[in-house]
Amino acid sequence: MEIIQIQNLTKRFPMGKGEFTALKGINLSFGKGEFAGLIGPSGSGKTTLLNIIGSLDVPSDGEALVLGNSIGKLSAKQAAKLRKENLGFIFQSYNLLQVHTVFENVEFPLLLLNYSTSERKKMVADALEWVGLTDKTKSKPPQLSGGECQRVAIARAMVKRPSLVLADEPTANLDAANSHNILQTMEKLNRELQTTFIFATHDEKVISYLHRKIFLLDGRVDKDEVVKSN
Amino acid sequence: MKLAIKLAYRNLIGAGLRTWLNVVVLSFSFVVIIWLKGVMVGWDYQAKTDMTNWEIGGGQYWHSNYDPFDSFTLADAHAPIPNDAKDEIAKGNMTPVLIAHGTIYPQGRMQSIMIKGIDPKQSIFLLPTHKLDTVTDAIPAIIGSLMAKSLKLNKNDHVTIRWRDANGTFDADEVVITEIFSSNVPMAEMAQVYIPLDRLQAMLLLPEQATILTYRDGEMDRVPLEGWTHKTKKELTASVDRIIETKTIGQTVLYGILLLLAMLAIFDTQVLSIFRRQKEIGTYIALGYTRSQVVGLFTVEGTMHSVLAALTSAVYGIPFLAWQAKVGWTMPIDTSDFGMAIAQTLYPIYSVSLVVSTVLIVMLVTAVVSYLPSRRIAKMNPTDALRGKIQ
Repeated sequence: MEIIQIQNLTKRFPMGKGEFTALKGINLSFGKGEFAGLIGPSGSGKTTLLNIIGSLDVPSDGEALVLGNSIGKLSAKQAAKLRKENLGFIFQSYNLLQVHTVFENVEFPLLLLNYSTSERKKMVADALEWVGLTDKTKSKPPQLSGGECQRVAIARAMVKRPSLVLADEPTANLDAANSHNILQTMEKLNRELQTTFIFATHDEKVISYLHRKIFLLDGRVDKDEVVKSN
Repeated sequence: MKLAIKLAYRNLIGAGLRTWLNVVVLSFSFVVIIWLKGVMVGWDYQAKTDMTNWEIGGGQYWHSNYDPFDSFTLADAHAPIPNDAKDEIAKGNMTPVLIAHGTIYPQGRMQSIMIKGIDPKQSIFLLPTHKLDTVTDAIPAIIGSLMAKSLKLNKNDHVTIRWRDANGTFDADEVVITEIFSSNVPMAEMAQVYIPLDRLQAMLLLPEQATILTYRDGEMDRVPLEGWTHKTKKELTASVDRIIETKTIGQTVLYGILLLLAMLAIFDTQVLSIFRRQKEIGTYIALGYTRSQVVGLFTVEGTMHSVLAALTSAVYGIPFLAWQAKVGWTMPIDTSDFGMAIAQTLYPIYSVSLVVSTVLIVMLVTAVVSYLPSRRIAKMNPTDALRGKIQ
């Protein structure tokens, strides 16, 4: 079952007096439970594509259909609802709320979804158990290592059990051991919860874990290969 | 909104010292504004109470020719006490005062004075007129401490006064100072010599006549007296209202400066937050907030400074304000030279409406100041915000 359909997607950005075309007629689709990656050098358009799939940006031309929602046609409120209910994000620099504790960071998406206190406690505890951080609930991000921060970010992305998790260079700030640990965690969650993961990366360690590799070059899909079936 | 309040509270508490610095500055504004306003209310209350007790009672009837700002009118500002008033005077609910222009000669010097004839048995004014009800070798007189100070007179001193009677004939006699009183009402003291009413009536050849009739009860309906002008307490204290109004305008500038300082801190924090916390803003949007919700969150966060400030103010402000209400604020200079009804020590009075309105005004201003810079978030590109790219 396809949860993302991208047709002839183009994204242009204003640059000086002209325009820069970051994505040029992309056609892609993703099914439920995929563990896929957008691979390419800087400027290839992988983050731009991820942002459009995540409804943080809109296409200039073409269509991106995510979970039945046409991203270009969503209002700000509808886009926010889509992100709130169905999407999880993992960022290169973790983007944790610095003054909140680990528990509060992971709890945040559930607050937006109006879960009760007891439900939130249970779900946060589960999420922190998935990433092995049950002993750090009261710590704040500045007290954690990079690997721990990224695991909190994963727990935050996964706590509401979204259909789709978008991870932009999730291992860029981590050492090799932490990178493998994080990737194994995400692969395990993908397998157990059937959550679709889409990465934007050029990190070989990440690439080695991917089940599907989509190579982007200058805003176009250069190669799309499935290396491992889900 | 509930969520915004919860998150704003977490963010503020998490921000630590930065939050508390703003809160302390803002709480200081709360306390000072309430205190200053309380002093004004207290002054207003004291001035009117003192005027009532020492000068105007519950209201007055003035002889139609009487003009307190023109002493030349005094020669013609007297008439027999109306029959309608005599009953109230007999019951002690009204007291007549006869006023004449005169001159006093202390130690060979001379000074213009108002000689006021007053019933020694009256109880409407706090003036110690019972001290006039005495047998002495001269006319008994009481004067205020301001007058005593300026004339260098003491109790039991004898001094000559001169006046002109109803026929225009000058006459003079000695008075003895039987009491020196102290009030907070300069008009009741400055250049005023009080002697028994019947003595002054005899001196002026104006038996049964008066210039002013002062009544006790200001609430009662008053009938007009022919040849007399009715002056209500409100009219007689209008000058105090005008002084307070002028002072209030001046103090508003001070409130403005205090608020400005506090708001500057809030505004500065908000502007800094929006630049420093761009990643956080982007994260809120990525997690499902709309940009307008983030604007709301930042506005609530800024406004919450004033809530915390109100709570902080309560901690040290309530004891301070209560202490001030008890011991008062003693003016650092002698208020007797001010020429208006002002006590040496002012006791602030705080009403619920004063506290509530101050808190609401400060909160409203804080909300506006918090909202203004937060509007910038609505124009942010969330993908740039996520990367912390300065926009």
